[in-house]
Amino acid sequence: MNNTATPGKAKLVLHDVSFYYGDQPAVRQINLRIYANEILAIFGPAMSGKSTLLRILNRLSDLAEEGRLEGEVLLDGKNIHDPDVSVIQLRTRVGIVFAVPVPLPLSIQENVTYGPLLGRGRSKGELDELVERSLRAAALWDEVKDRLSESATALSGGQQQRLCLARVLALEPEVILLDEPCSGLDPISTLKVEKALLALKESHSIVIVPHNVQQASRIGDKAAFLLMGELVEYGVAEQIFTRPKDPRTDDYITGRFG
Amino acid sequence: MKIPRYTMQKIAFAIITTAAISVGIPLVLVIGYIVAQGIGALSWEFISAAPRNGMREGGIYPALVGTVWLTIGTAVTSIPLGVGAAIYLAEYAADNWFTRTIRLAIINLAGVPSVVYGLFGLGLFVIFLRFGMSILAGSLTLGIMTLPVIITTTEQALVAVPQSFRVVNASLGGTTWQGIRKVILPQALPGIMTGIILGLERAAGETAPILFTVAAFFLPRLPHSVFDQTMALPYHLFVISTQVPGMPIRIQYGTALVLMVFVLTMNLLATLIRRYYRRRRQW
Ligand SMILES: Nc1ncnc2c1ncn2[C@@H]1O[C@H](COP(=O)(O)OP(=O)(O)OP(=O)(O)O)[C@@H](O)[C@H]1O
Ligand SMILES: [Mg+2]
Repeated sequence: MNNTATPGKAKLVLHDVSFYYGDQPAVRQINLRIYANEILAIFGPAMSGKSTLLRILNRLSDLAEEGRLEGEVLLDGKNIHDPDVSVIQLRTRVGIVFAVPVPLPLSIQENVTYGPLLGRGRSKGELDELVERSLRAAALWDEVKDRLSESATALSGGQQQRLCLARVLALEPEVILLDEPCSGLDPISTLKVEKALLALKESHSIVIVPHNVQQASRIGDKAAFLLMGELVEYGVAEQIFTRPKDPRTDDYITGRFG
Repeated sequence: MKIPRYTMQKIAFAIITTAAISVGIPLVLVIGYIVAQGIGALSWEFISAAPRNGMREGGIYPALVGTVWLTIGTAVTSIPLGVGAAIYLAEYAADNWFTRTIRLAIINLAGVPSVVYGLFGLGLFVIFLRFGMSILAGSLTLGIMTLPVIITTTEQALVAVPQSFRVVNASLGGTTWQGIRKVILPQALPGIMTGIILGLERAAGETAPILFTVAAFFLPRLPHSVFDQTMALPYHLFVISTQVPGMPIRIQYGTALVLMVFVLTMNLLATLIRRYYRRRRQW
């Protein structure tokens, strides 16, 4: 496990990470390296701890009452739980897109600028440019460019999900986390999101929980198989999906369980 | 023997309909009666002049102005405190003995009879803090009485805003306060406004809390500052209905009508606000 040599330094390193809700462990003893310019697909059956693992990476797991973390997570070598790390800054560096798109009850434009406007002030020109760039990168610009001031909730599900992606991109994050971002989408929207992600890979680390094995194999450079909170196998996606080392991985991807 | 369910349905429907009608009738009667009896008293002079001739003639202007001032004073004292406390309870407070105590206190405050608030205001504001009988003392008393309503409705309005907005705010690097200010409060605003207006409306119509703290029996001049006494509609109505012999019925009901219109207007305002925002709400 965890022996695939990738050149360059890891963006995120997980060191013996466990997370408990109360005394129930949701993920256990995870060791993982996440590199820049790669898409890591974390897959596994329901309740295996995929969402939990994702939320640990930008400390959204802090919001869980009774939640408890063990081990360490390093971003560019720095422990994200160090007292001098600002959780606010961390969350702008490591953005997350959820399974169910939640547009804020604001306009399309305001949704995209929400994150940037929480921090330092920016000029109108800077913001407009940021909005266009983020929406283009999320493959949504052409569909909404004439209605930026309209309510975001009027968008279709697929558009809302791409808006949520654009909203995260506007943070100019280094890492993008996506938790089943296409689970509610039609195949065409799914394709648009995947295309956007492949382009974003050039400048970001991407961690995605795909909604099925096919998506994992389509876009993952690396893949990690999670089962009941345990990291069973991690490596180059192509190898995992064609020649898995662990029989449990094999069972899962060939559909013998889960 | 089993009664067929369609028969049961008819019986239930009949009972419920009767209940609904019996509730409506007194309401219509009260309003209709007051309007019928009081409409003849209404005139420009009635709402713009001071009472004359032992209050048997003239208008109710000082009492109307006093009630407006007291309502504003109640708003100023109760809204910041009430909304602040509700935000604390809904958005920040953990469930521990401290917050449980606060909630218990609020529930109990809501059940305290208004005359007790009046005595409390007399003791604390009028005597101990030496505000005297004044708009200040009356507003503070009414404000404290209104707090539980405002806190409860505001907290409900806040809790009704979907949790997912808070998570999104946090995930985009927002602090709890930024989420409240930019998303949660605006979404809860219609509910909060409704609660505030309903609370103020009740305060505007109360007699007991102002009896010992601000209300003047007869004071035709308008108050100059918050340390002045003032007449107020509910107390004025009480006075002319019970304390003045030979009072024309017309004036009593005219006064009641004005008070009722004042309160119902606030009520209508609350309804309109709720309607307007409900149509715009997006979740
Ligand atoms: N907020 C929470 N409080 C308590 N337990 C939780 C919480 N979130 C998740 N869990 C538990 O943690 C375990 C892992 O859940 P998690 O959502 O991380 O799995 P998942 O792999 O994302 O599942 P799914 O495929 O259904 O999304 C489950 O047993 C779940 O019940
Ligand atoms: Mg999940």
